[in-house]
Amino acid sequence: MNDQIAVFVGPAIDWFSISPLLVLLFGALFLLLVGSLTPQWRRGWYGLTSALTAGTAIILSILLWRDISSSGPKLLVGSALALDHFAVLASIAICSAVLLVSLLTSDYLAGENTDMPEIYSLYLTAAIGGIVMVAANDLIVLFLGLETLSLSLYLLAASNRKRAESQEAGLKYFILGGFASAFFLYGVALTYGATGSTRLVDINSALNSYITVPRNDTLLLLGIGLMLVGFGFKVSLVPFQSWTPDVYQGSPTPVTAFMASAGKVAALVALVRVFVTAFPSRADDWGPAVFVLSALTLVVGSVVAVVQTDVKRMLAYSSISHAGFILVGLEASSHRASPEVGDGLTAIAIYVVLYAALVVGTFSVVTVVAQKSNDGATSLDAFKGIGRNNPVLALAITVLLLAQAGVPLTSGFVAKFGVIQAAVSVGSYELAVIAMVAAVIAAFIYLRIMVSMWLSDSTDSVSVEVPLFSTIAIAIAVAVTLVIGVLPSLLLDLTSDLTQLAIK
Amino acid sequence: MIAASSEVLNFPILSLLVVLPVIGSIVVALLGGSRPEWIKLAALISSVSTAALSLWLLAAFKSGEAGFQFVSKHDWISQWGISWHLGVDGISLFLIVLTGILFPLVIVGIDPHHNETSYFAWMLLLQAGVMGSFLSLDLFLFFVMFEIVLVPMYFLIGGWGYDQRVYAATKFFLYTMAGSAFMLIGIIATVALAQRDLGVVTFDLVKIAEGANFSTNAARWLFLSFAIAFSVKVPLFPFHTWLPDAHTQAPTGGSVILAGVLLKMGTYGFLRFGVYLFPQAAMWARPAIFTLAVIGIIYGAIAATMQRDLKRLVAYSSVAHLGFIVLGTFALSSQAVTGAVMQMVNHGVSTGALFLLVGMIYERRHTREIAELRGLQHVAPIFAGVFTVVMLSSVGLPGLNGFVGEFLILIGSFGPARWWTVVATVGVVLAALYLLWAYQRVFHGEPDEANSSFKELTLREGLLMSVFLAIIVVSGIYPKPILDRIEPSVVALIEHVEGQTK
Repeated sequence: MNDQIAVFVGPAIDWFSISPLLVLLFGALFLLLVGSLTPQWRRGWYGLTSALTAGTAIILSILLWRDISSSGPKLLVGSALALDHFAVLASIAICSAVLLVSLLTSDYLAGENTDMPEIYSLYLTAAIGGIVMVAANDLIVLFLGLETLSLSLYLLAASNRKRAESQEAGLKYFILGGFASAFFLYGVALTYGATGSTRLVDINSALNSYITVPRNDTLLLLGIGLMLVGFGFKVSLVPFQSWTPDVYQGSPTPVTAFMASAGKVAALVALVRVFVTAFPSRADDWGPAVFVLSALTLVVGSVVAVVQTDVKRMLAYSSISHAGFILVGLEASSHRASPEVGDGLTAIAIYVVLYAALVVGTFSVVTVVAQKSNDGATSLDAFKGIGRNNPVLALAITVLLLAQAGVPLTSGFVAKFGVIQAAVSVGSYELAVIAMVAAVIAAFIYLRIMVSMWLSDSTDSVSVEVPLFSTIAIAIAVAVTLVIGVLPSLLLDLTSDLTQLAIK
Repeated sequence: MIAASSEVLNFPILSLLVVLPVIGSIVVALLGGSRPEWIKLAALISSVSTAALSLWLLAAFKSGEAGFQFVSKHDWISQWGISWHLGVDGISLFLIVLTGILFPLVIVGIDPHHNETSYFAWMLLLQAGVMGSFLSLDLFLFFVMFEIVLVPMYFLIGGWGYDQRVYAATKFFLYTMAGSAFMLIGIIATVALAQRDLGVVTFDLVKIAEGANFSTNAARWLFLSFAIAFSVKVPLFPFHTWLPDAHTQAPTGGSVILAGVLLKMGTYGFLRFGVYLFPQAAMWARPAIFTLAVIGIIYGAIAATMQRDLKRLVAYSSVAHLGFIVLGTFALSSQAVTGAVMQMVNHGVSTGALFLLVGMIYERRHTREIAELRGLQHVAPIFAGVFTVVMLSSVGLPGLNGFVGEFLILIGSFGPARWWTVVATVGVVLAALYLLWAYQRVFHGEPDEANSSFKELTLREGLLMSVFLAIIVVSGIYPKPILDRIEPSVVALIEHVEGQTK
């Protein structure tokens, strides 16, 4: 007993392995401290600093990726974080989102005649939270990441102080997000009660052994259920989606882009990691729940999207529907009750990465278009006449929208194909059919936006100005969409050993 | 022999058939801003060279061989067992030639009136997609091509169509996409199930068809998933409701392509994928498909009779004609299937030509209402003559191309599907009824004031139509060279089906 009290040995830290986190932290603090101590920087420099930080984090993540390729996945910081390809890929997606959104925000704020370092600093802290989430091997660490991400997002949602909707969005998001966190934490507590650990790997081994821990399935299932609800709020699964359209619509559009990409990627990847690492032995229990959530999310997300008239709300519902698609992959993994999770996990990873690029690109265009009018309206009418006045921009968004609809030769098709393949290969035909039908319904909204751009007669001949940084962001998103769409092998090569999660 | 075939392989003609239009499309799009006067020329060069390639293919095609020729295969997505795998046999050969010829004719013959750049760019992209669909021997590649065709067609209908164009375009897109959603699941499931027999994940059509052994139940479900997609595309009754709208609202060029080659992707798909992959299930589904096909024939004919709009009439006649093709396809006798393949091409030529003529009428009179038109043969006798020949080809008059296909279908279907064939024959009579009646109302009688200034066929239009007339007459009088090329592949397919269903 004495030994335990006397000596506290801190865990060994492999600093290089967490360097992306450190870089982001440094960037956030730098922007906040130096930004507040120095007079206003020249326009665009805050955004560039943030983008540069994210870019450095991406480069470091790529180095880590190569390390893992050569020496295998491992656990870090006393098994609190997992370092594997799954986590690094998600981190790269999150950092890329930060990079693109920073560029976009810089133009957006310029359009609003302001510029401030806080927003970028919040993006970076949110990214730290997100990366901790996707790498967390411990439910408490995961919760810390979740809160870091969420708190940043609440502030970001409310960051446009001139607009009441932004304030409302922030408040709404905060209250419902608080609920979700509480659910999640309660679930963690119950799971701890049932298994005696908060480490994902240890939970799994506890559940697989009959000797050390008596099986207490009531507590455990309740815990899993509550966690699922908590995640459900965060990734906006139906029936926990009600905040999404309002918050997406009310937030400044670049922030919406960030929420829909980085926020969603982090929460989805964490959800998947928890379920396939900690609870594969209970897949028969959570599999059906995921099935129902996925089906509901797909159908409600696509059907309700159809009746919207505001593009941001449409895209909010479409992002809900995309989350349903990703759950199809998780449901497929539930059919294999072992760490050998199969195609589902790879499909999910590919989906989130491609989806992040896609959604940032789409919202970038919305941002640019919304700034055409003074009130920042994002109704379908705002898109009228873009086809005639800005054919290149219209072509870019057409590619992005077709990709969201899952038309072949775009990344969206590759993503959907992977998920459907995972579902079909384990015999989940029903869910595959529901997902594809939902995709067709959702296609209608993308067509509506395209109709607005190309096929409506517009009296308005104001052409949309696309600032430099936004052009770069949109161009990158479109390039990723097309290149991966035509040559998916580039991405598939990388993800071949993705299913080897860090468990030791 | 070996030297000869490797020489052929060195020149990737099939890939070129797909890639060339894409390049043309990109060039057109790039020229759009700076050199608008070169756009049409660029589109023409691209499509004419594609046509030349397809004709060269026709000449180099070895008649009497059943297998796939000019096969070109490269890894595309090796992780998923997907390859860029193209090949041509007697079943696809003439559809490819038709695709090759039809596009330059449409491009040279019909003016889009506005936004030339995007019109021609979409047209060429459409051609690439259609070519790819007919050439693909890889399930994934086929799906990609089958689906990508929707995008240019959507924009062509939506951008250059008539009043209800947005509605028609959206309906077209969503209907077809919904159909192919099921096919995608079917394709993936086919590959997953075939993996158990083949040991590898592959989307290769030939490998799966020859090597996989699906259980009866699985094969039926898989066949159904393919059948939904193709039934929408053909379209088979009751999935046809998008067609009249799409045809009526599409610009003339779009209608010609839609009727000429796009619908054939459905009937071709049935033959190449449905029947080839799942012969037993196809036999099992026969009665239902026969019934739908015959309903389509009769329903299409009756609906066509009642139309007031000339273009809608032709659209409904397509429903009837494609009913014949499906009947022949599923009769699965060598005569009927050969007839069906022949009829796919014939329908493309004659209905394409009809749509062109209707388009010319609209250009002159700005109406397609049959009631508004009268006595055109007095003011435009040559126009009327051309219309007569094309119409008679569509009716199936002996000596013209329509007869050969229809006759083979009916003869070949009589054994396997006797009573359905009897009912279908009524459709032949009805076809004569609605087309002749329409002709009578539009061309006979005394022209009123508005119709008396109807312009005669111009030289450009005449040259355009003469290509169609030549095909109609020559292949009607001497179809043997065509049948000789189609038949071996059909016979091989039938043998495959019989081998599997015994």
